[in-house]
Amino acid sequence: MKHSTFFWFFAPTGLAMLIFIAAPIASVLVQSVFTPHEPVIIEAENCGPFGCTTETTIDQDATQALRDAEPLGRFRGFDIYFDRGHLAVAEVAEAWRTSDSLGAFFGELGDLPFYRAMAFTLTYTFVCTPALIALGFVIAISVNALHRSLRGLAIFFSLLPMIVTPLVGSLILFWMIDSRGVLGTFIQYLADDPDLSIKASTPLMWIALIIYGIWSSAPFAFVVFYAGLQTVPQDTIESAKIDGASRWEQIRYIIIPHLMPLVTFVALIQLMDNFKVFEPILGFTAQAHAQSLSWIIFNDLSGETRQLSAAAATSVMTIVCVAILLSPVLIRTWRDFRGRAR
Amino acid sequence: MSSVATRKPLTVQLALSAFMIIWLIAAAFPFFWTLWGSFKVELDFFSIADWTNAIFGRNTEATFGSPFTGAGYEGAWVQEEFWRNVFNTFIVCLFVVCTSLTIGTLGGYALSRSGFKYVFWLLIIALIFRAMPQITLVSGYLPVFFHWNIWGYLPTAIIVLVAINQPFTLWMLHSFFESIPKELDESAKVDGCTQFQAFRYVIIPVMWPGVITTGLFSFLLAYNDFAVTALVLQESNRTMIPAIAAFLGTTQTEGNVMFAVAAVVSATAPLFVLVMFFQRQIVSGLTAGAVKG
Repeated sequence: MKHSTFFWFFAPTGLAMLIFIAAPIASVLVQSVFTPHEPVIIEAENCGPFGCTTETTIDQDATQALRDAEPLGRFRGFDIYFDRGHLAVAEVAEAWRTSDSLGAFFGELGDLPFYRAMAFTLTYTFVCTPALIALGFVIAISVNALHRSLRGLAIFFSLLPMIVTPLVGSLILFWMIDSRGVLGTFIQYLADDPDLSIKASTPLMWIALIIYGIWSSAPFAFVVFYAGLQTVPQDTIESAKIDGASRWEQIRYIIIPHLMPLVTFVALIQLMDNFKVFEPILGFTAQAHAQSLSWIIFNDLSGETRQLSAAAATSVMTIVCVAILLSPVLIRTWRDFRGRAR
Repeated sequence: MSSVATRKPLTVQLALSAFMIIWLIAAAFPFFWTLWGSFKVELDFFSIADWTNAIFGRNTEATFGSPFTGAGYEGAWVQEEFWRNVFNTFIVCLFVVCTSLTIGTLGGYALSRSGFKYVFWLLIIALIFRAMPQITLVSGYLPVFFHWNIWGYLPTAIIVLVAINQPFTLWMLHSFFESIPKELDESAKVDGCTQFQAFRYVIIPVMWPGVITTGLFSFLLAYNDFAVTALVLQESNRTMIPAIAAFLGTTQTEGNVMFAVAAVVSATAPLFVLVMFFQRQIVSGLTAGAVKG
C-alpha cells in the first residue's frame, strides 16, 4: 500500500485519536501547571458621617483583560503538585520530623487525601489481580471438566459479572451486602452482631470492594484461560499419565507452564484496569472509607466548583502511574513484533 | 473425549462440580435476586424484620394486594422519566458503534495492508492510548469544551466515545484483517481496481464476522461508560448510567430506592440478551488478543 493511500485510509481514525486522546493529555499537562486568574478586586472606601467602610467589588473589565492576556491562567510551576491535596511535600516533611515511629508517620500520611487514595488504589490493584487470576484459573478448570452440553450455560452465567456495567454491578452487590440486604443480614447472623454494618467500617468496606473487584474481573481471566486450556497438547498429558504423573502433577508441570504466557497477559491487563478503579466506590457509596486516584479526579471535576487544575495534576500523576504499569506490556509487544518480523 | 486416560477420579469430579455450583451461584444469584426484588416494595427488598419477606413479598401484598408490583418501574420510567435516558443511551450507542466501526475498519484495514515500519509505531501508540484512564482524558476535555460552548450535548459525548474507542477497535480489526489473505485484494488490484475499490468489492463482503465482534465491544464501551457521559452531558440529556448514579443521590433521601432498583434491572436486561445471543463472539473477542500473544 502506498503512503498516500495509507494516509487517506488512516486519516479519520488518526485524527480522532489525535484530537480526543493526544490533545487532552497535553491539555492536562498544561492545566496542571496553571491556575485560573483570581478576579481583580477593587477596594473602595466609603466615608460617611458614621465612620468609614471598605467595600470590595470585582473589577470585571480588568479581570477580563487579564484573562484575555494570559488565557491559560497564572503560571504556578509544580506548586499544584506539591500542595496539600496532592503530594503535600510540606506536610510529609512535617510528619517525618515530628513523628517518632514509622507507624505514626504512616498514620499521618493516611490523613492526606493523595496518599490515602494511593494506599487504597495500590491495595486494591495488588490484592485483586492475583486473586482474580487464581479464581479464573479454577473456574476454567471446572468448566473444562463439565459435560460438553453444560459448558455453554456455565460460560453464559460466568460472563455476566464482567459484561454488566461496573456501576450497576456494584450497586446490585451493594444492595445485597447492605446491613438491610440479604447477605448483610446473613453476615450479621454469622458474626452474631446485629449492629454490624459494612457502611460503618473501613476494613469491611475495603474487603467488600476487593471482593467486588475479584467478582467482576475473574470472568475475563476465566475466558482467557479456558481458551488456553483448549490448546493444551493432549498427548503430553497422556504420556505424563503413563509415566505415572498424578492429577496435581499434570496441572503443575504441564497445564500451568502452558498457560503461563496467558497469565502474564491477564496480569498486565488487569493491573492497569484495576488501577483505574472508580465506579465501585460510587456504587458502594464508599467515599468515606476508600478513595482512589480516579475518584479524586471525578470528585474535583463534578459538583459546583470544578477544580480543573487540581484534577489535572492528579490526572498527570495517574497517567505516570499507568505508564509505569504499562511499560512491561510495551516491552512484551515490542519483543513479540520483533520476533514475528524476523 | 473421555478416554480411560483422561477420565477423572470421582472425588476430583465432585470437588470441581461443587466449586462450579458455588461460582455459578455467586455469578448469577445477585442478578436474579435483584430482578425478583425489583417487583417488591422497599420494606421487602431490604427486609430487616424477616429475610423471607424478600421472597414472598408480605409487605408488598399488604400494600398492593399482590406479592408483585410494578410500582418501582412506574416510578422510574414514568415519574422520573427514565425513558428519556434510555432513549439517549440508544442514540449514543447507535452512533458510537456506526461511526467507530466505519473509521476503525478503514484504519484497521490500512494497518494490516501496509508493510511499513510506522504501522508498528501506530499500533504501539494506540496501545498506550488504550491504557489511559478515561477520567484523566475527561479532565483534559472540560476546559476546552466550556470554552467552545460544546459541553453538554449528545454529539460531543458521541465523538469523545468514538475517539476513546478507536485504539481498541484498531487493534481488533487489525488482527482480524491480518487473517484475511492479502492475495484477495491484491488480485483485485491486478485486475485494475484501486485500493479503495478492492476494499469495497472484495474485503467488505467478507469482513462481517470480525466487524460484528468489534461492534459488540464498541457497544459495550458506549453502553457501560460512566466517566465520560457523567461529566460531559448535562442533566437534561443524560444517558442511563449517570442517571442511575443521580437517582442514588435524590431517591435515597426520598425513600424511593425502588426506583433505582427498577432502573438498574432495566439497564441490565439488554446486556443479558446481548450475552445470550452473542456469547460466542464475546468469548472469541476477549481471547483474540491473548491466545495470539
